[in-house]
Amino acid sequence: MKTYDIIIIGGGVVGCMTARALSRYNLKVLMIEQESDIGMGASSANSAIIHSGHDPMPGTLKAEMNRLANPMWDQLISELGIPFKRSGAYIVAIGEEEFGCLAALSERARQNSVKTEVINANEMRKKEPLINPAVSGALFTPSAGMVDPFSACVAPLENAIQNGVKVMTDTEFISFITNGRRIVGVHTNRGDFTCRWVVNAAGIYSDEIMHTAGVRPDFKINPRRGEYYILDKTEIEMNNILFPVPSKVSKGILVLGSTHGNVLVGPNTQQTPDKEDKSVTGDGLNEIWQGAQKLIPSLNQRAIIAVFAGLRATGNALCTSSKVDYHHDFVIEVAKEVEGLVNLAGIESPGLTAAPAIAERVVELLKDAGELLTKKQDWNPIRLARPRFNYMTRKEQEELVARDAHYGRIVCRCEMVTEGEIVAEIHAPLPAKTYDAIKRRTWLGTGRCLGSFDMPRVVEILSSELGISVSEVSKKGTGSEFLFRPTKEVDA
Amino acid sequence: MTFKDRYDMVVIGSGPGGLAAAISAKKNGAQDVLVIERDVEPGGILLQCIHNGFGVEVFKQDLPGPAYAQRFINEAYQVGVDFLLDTMVLEITRDHRITATSKRYGFLNIQAKAVVLAMGCRERTRAQVRLPGARPAGVFTAGTAQRWVNVEGYMPGKNFVILGSGDIGMIMARRLTFEGAKVERVLEVMPYLSGLTRNYVQCLMDYDIQLQLMHTVKNIIGKKRVEAIEAVAVDEKWNYIPGTEEIIPCDTLLLSVGLIPENELSRQAGVLIDPVTAGPFVDDGFQTNIPGIFSAGNVVHVYDLVDWVTEAGLIAGKSAARLIQAGPQKTEKVIPVKAGENVRYVVPHTLNPDHLIEGEIRVQMRVRQPIEAPVWVEVRSGERLLHRKPEPYARPGEMVTIFLKPALLDEVKAANGLSVAIAKR
Amino acid sequence: MPTIEEKVVCVTCPKGCTLQVTRDVQTVLKVGNGCKRGYEYARQELTDPRRMVASSVRITGALHPLLPVYTSAPFPKPRIPELLAILRMVEVKTPVTLDQTILEDVLGTGINIHASRDMSKIT
Repeated sequence: MKTYDIIIIGGGVVGCMTARALSRYNLKVLMIEQESDIGMGASSANSAIIHSGHDPMPGTLKAEMNRLANPMWDQLISELGIPFKRSGAYIVAIGEEEFGCLAALSERARQNSVKTEVINANEMRKKEPLINPAVSGALFTPSAGMVDPFSACVAPLENAIQNGVKVMTDTEFISFITNGRRIVGVHTNRGDFTCRWVVNAAGIYSDEIMHTAGVRPDFKINPRRGEYYILDKTEIEMNNILFPVPSKVSKGILVLGSTHGNVLVGPNTQQTPDKEDKSVTGDGLNEIWQGAQKLIPSLNQRAIIAVFAGLRATGNALCTSSKVDYHHDFVIEVAKEVEGLVNLAGIESPGLTAAPAIAERVVELLKDAGELLTKKQDWNPIRLARPRFNYMTRKEQEELVARDAHYGRIVCRCEMVTEGEIVAEIHAPLPAKTYDAIKRRTWLGTGRCLGSFDMPRVVEILSSELGISVSEVSKKGTGSEFLFRPTKEVDA
Repeated sequence: MTFKDRYDMVVIGSGPGGLAAAISAKKNGAQDVLVIERDVEPGGILLQCIHNGFGVEVFKQDLPGPAYAQRFINEAYQVGVDFLLDTMVLEITRDHRITATSKRYGFLNIQAKAVVLAMGCRERTRAQVRLPGARPAGVFTAGTAQRWVNVEGYMPGKNFVILGSGDIGMIMARRLTFEGAKVERVLEVMPYLSGLTRNYVQCLMDYDIQLQLMHTVKNIIGKKRVEAIEAVAVDEKWNYIPGTEEIIPCDTLLLSVGLIPENELSRQAGVLIDPVTAGPFVDDGFQTNIPGIFSAGNVVHVYDLVDWVTEAGLIAGKSAARLIQAGPQKTEKVIPVKAGENVRYVVPHTLNPDHLIEGEIRVQMRVRQPIEAPVWVEVRSGERLLHRKPEPYARPGEMVTIFLKPALLDEVKAANGLSVAIAKR
Repeated sequence: MPTIEEKVVCVTCPKGCTLQVTRDVQTVLKVGNGCKRGYEYARQELTDPRRMVASSVRITGALHPLLPVYTSAPFPKPRIPELLAILRMVEVKTPVTLDQTILEDVLGTGINIHASRDMSKIT
């Protein structure tokens, strides 16, 4: 039986950042992920924002983690090569009544130690010419930014792998191995592994993992689905993050220019009992469209190139501070009922922003629990981003093609993704083994044609690079294969 | 093979429009003509359209797509057209500089005297028709499935539902049936067929494949792979009719929900795009608003027949060759051609009346609302009727063609603009 | 003798005219709403329906695994499934050129199967 010091369950942004933080120490770390790739849950289907921290209720873990994490991103992106832009964000008031709400928002931001600035309607129009003419003003939060959320998973995890962390995908947690009160390992569909600590970073499944160990029986994840549109960058260009004045339950339907240049619109909020239900609905799509048009009335449905939905891992944990009446706080703790379990649960928004601070908090919790963590002498904080043809100058592109001819062949016309990039992802430290894995890493197939052109070509490249038959190539793991038999083998 | 960095004419795309333009330019005096193609062989989408039905107008023969393409490929090589294959054009400038990249030939910069845009069109996707539901594997455009079945040699499913009665969808229904798959249903949201009637007869009726008009997909069901779709009837405004839902088990949903001209390169070059056709504004020689940049075929507007794409390519190639040899010609007067009553759009958008001296000018249009009764196609200058042509009916799925005859020269010259209308006889 | 009125959609050209066919049991008497080719089509369709068939056969040594092929003339409609079954068994070798005969007198119909394109040997 393989033995580790720490096993992390779940390869979302929280698990990936934690893996990297732990890789700095002399520890044997394993991450297990039940899906065929990391980051397939909420971590890759969200609003892609590094929040300033103006919004969470003061005194909560959400507010604290957001405040601590926001400034960490500058160093992270330079070490890890994550697409990121500290653009600031606007909470836009439409009509006079909403303008009155900005003061309260500004006050909450102050309590969270977040700098804001109220700007008038004219300034807002200047910043975003497409804004609703009925704009009455906005609250500007300069420390907000936009990030490529999947890069925020894969980049730290690749860096962790460089520094010795082992990752197993398609590996499902079944149950804990215990010795009395102490958790000493996990049973998985791919064998048993022993360890001294388990970090539960299982996202929407984090409650079920706890319950397996008899921990926090009342804790429950009630997934809330959020639907989004992506708009064609050739049809609409926007560089800002625009929030509406928020409602009680959510930050509302926002419109932003993503790091890839496409405009992102969403999300709404729908309770769903099904943890796999990432479907989009006609009603939901209408709702987010109407919400977005409140900010940008000129949005044209012709510009829509993709729709998707993500599931927020909304928990029901009380705020650890008894002074704050809040029921959906993060859980970041060493479990009390058993030994050897760290729970990272209920990590919904601002979870992407907060992930690096949560990871550091895990290190502190382990130290507090008596782990003697010693730093590796040879820890390398740098993970180099791989070339992205579409974001290079012509001169850089020419040099890249001259260096490696694979980068000369464009496989995805809309997003200008080359064969070289696809091959590089298949052979990366964390290999991309499915179509969607390539898509999340390169943004191939996310443009106007949604992969109609590139799909057969990518299937062929995956088949030849992985040495498998084309009928074994899948969209997102076993059971999602594209092709099932040669055309002429009707009776086979 | 090495390529020059200067050409008289560069054609982007080697489908039927590009091939015809290249051949025609060469025959009309262009010295050196280069066709740039992103695929590893010339021919474009015709190579995967292995069904017959091509060439009835041009060759008076019923040919499969690859055979139709092969004839033009052979002719292009014969007349000395150069091909740069497996190469993607990244950018075209207003002054005809082309940047391209290729695994075989590296990065390329080419200066042309004239450019013909012949990138064809792409298929509309599930996002563009805002199809709700889960996102499992097994939702493909009909064209992607066609490439797999016909070219790559693999079947992308066993049980299919096809959304959209476009020609590719109906043709794929037959093709999949031929290769042992089951096509459970074809759904069409409109109250009429969006493809050609003969494809309905030959592809669906012949094989007892059920077509449901005024039906659409309400939900896609399946986690990893499509497990079923939920179909529903709709009213005239596409609202679901409650109680008509039906779960159809299947493993694949094919979309044949329309084609859009592929004009991202054109836009970068400053070519103005008609929002109705989604293709460039063109004159009767298929020149765009940028002098020396022409466009041919489905990049201008989506044709029903490849034969008409070829004919458009021939005209574009000839116009480009004329420009290359004689330089830009001063036009005394440009006559706008407008879509009138019950016409959704008309191509060309403008015409040069002097071209009527050389011969008739082809004008093509799409009707807005179907008329299942004899109609007149009328061309007017103001109130004055210049020309009319009878048709037995008018359907949105079938393009209408008329010819302006040289005899109309004086009247067209005198006009401030022409308008085309389609009305009941 | 009683006459039968039938509608037949002509597939000879892309127009797809709906022909009004008047006939008795054996012969077509009158075809309305069509051209000369339409009359011929209706007569053929009601006595011996035929279709052009395009499909593919396996090929070795080429860029692609399949060679598209088509019938040299419209093929008897009821026998199309038999034809497709035969095509599934065929495998040809490169090089092939457009209109090269792949199968002769298939199923005794006098109709040949032709290659729909060139396919050269890939080295």
